[in-house]
Amino acid sequence: MRMKYVLSEVLVGLWRNVTMTIAMIITLAVSLTMLGASGLIYTKVADMKQLYFENIEVSIFLNADVTEEQRTDIASRLEADPLISQVTYVNKDEAFQRFQEMFRDSPDLLSAVKADQLPESYRLKLVNPEEYKTISDQYVAVEGVDQVVDQSQVLDKIFNLFTAGQNIALVAAIAMAVAALLLVANTIQVAAYSKRREVAVMKLVGASNWFIQAPFVLEAVVAGLIGSVLGLGALIALKVFLFDGALSALQGLFAPVSWGEVFLTFPVMAGVGGLISAITAWVTLRFYLRV
Amino acid sequence: MIQLEQVTKTYPKASRPSLDNVSVSIDKGEFVFFIGPSGSGKSTIIKMLLHEVIPNKGRVVVNGKDVTSMRSWKRPHFRRSIGCVFQDFRLLPNRTAYENVAFALEVIGKTKAVARRVVPEVLELVGLGGKEHRYPHELSGGEQQRVAVARAFVNRPLILLADEPTGNLDPDTSIEIMRLLDRINRTGTTVVMVTHDSNIVNQMRRRVIEIESGRIVRDQARGVYG
Repeated sequence: MRMKYVLSEVLVGLWRNVTMTIAMIITLAVSLTMLGASGLIYTKVADMKQLYFENIEVSIFLNADVTEEQRTDIASRLEADPLISQVTYVNKDEAFQRFQEMFRDSPDLLSAVKADQLPESYRLKLVNPEEYKTISDQYVAVEGVDQVVDQSQVLDKIFNLFTAGQNIALVAAIAMAVAALLLVANTIQVAAYSKRREVAVMKLVGASNWFIQAPFVLEAVVAGLIGSVLGLGALIALKVFLFDGALSALQGLFAPVSWGEVFLTFPVMAGVGGLISAITAWVTLRFYLRV
Repeated sequence: MIQLEQVTKTYPKASRPSLDNVSVSIDKGEFVFFIGPSGSGKSTIIKMLLHEVIPNKGRVVVNGKDVTSMRSWKRPHFRRSIGCVFQDFRLLPNRTAYENVAFALEVIGKTKAVARRVVPEVLELVGLGGKEHRYPHELSGGEQQRVAVARAFVNRPLILLADEPTGNLDPDTSIEIMRLLDRINRTGTTVVMVTHDSNIVNQMRRRVIEIESGRIVRDQARGVYG
């Protein structure tokens, strides 16, 4: 009976001020979508780092006038280095082949470069890709070495971009969350005001505090849960239309976002949305109803 | 049933105490009037008995419970043993007489079945038989106050507090309400009533406690307004 009363009060409460309820749900939904997206980006960046760093190479380019002696010296030092798991030698011809493959769409560039203009190099796989700096310091001063280039430096720039995107989503999530919380607090105040007579009578005749507060708090929780369902819908739409749709050409570049991961964000969004709304409502009531 | 022991209450920013070293003892089943001019501290006593105001000094004991040291989370349960009636009735305008009384039962966890059994009975007792389904705006002031009394009494409280219950009613209606309170008192319920109405006090001939500037100036067993 009491549960039925509380639930019907929740529905009446949400309906009484329906424009405010919609505003509250939309801001909650956007905020939770941003939160979910930022969580997904975070896990994806971690996945992609692993994926990319496994295949990453450090290239040691040799001087054009490198001597045979220097070359073998470098080769033996590289072979003996415990930080390096694999060494591949690329001579001028192979470098030229790779160059031709890479720039086959720009014939002007191809015709301008001769085979012996490209430097020989050693391509290294590191045991731990993050130790690039040590390798670079060790070999850049060795005779015959022109420069040490690390692909991970380029990748880091890309990952910085992702991290920036994640941070932007997070900041947007927090900003929207603040707006959502203010709306929740306001909605609860309006609801408490419109029910002030009932609340006064309930306090007078000794209704328990939880019973007085429950409809208001649940009203906020229901709004939070609806918001998180909409947030899940938005993430599904993002996956279908953006990742699997418009960005599908870049599939090799990004680690794929699985359905499992999308749905796993839902309990997080629902939990955060429900809990934060409940706490906001409860705190608002403590100030407003003094129960 | 009710004890005030050397109770002093000074509201923040007030220059003098609302109640100044007041001691009163009220037995079970008594009918007591608190009288005195506005601002004399009568309503503060009612608020203290409801645990709405805590005294600065002294002790308030209601129903054997020390209200002074009561934690606020115990207040709801404590209030279930006290009925309350006010000058402005405090009914819910969008509920019928029946629903107003039933509401008070349901929000403290009584089932609808209990309400169906008890509410018509108490409405009959206050003389509203047949008007259960009227809304407050369809009832006269006296009838509205009867609904309020029914709501206060439906839970069979040990104490009924009435804060100027006749303040908004004409003399004849006031007397009817007083008859009702008297009938409730005869069931063994302690009634504490704050009033300005000299007519009523003089007719009832019950215990009268007069307060002036926060002090008791008279406590008379079968008193008049004075």
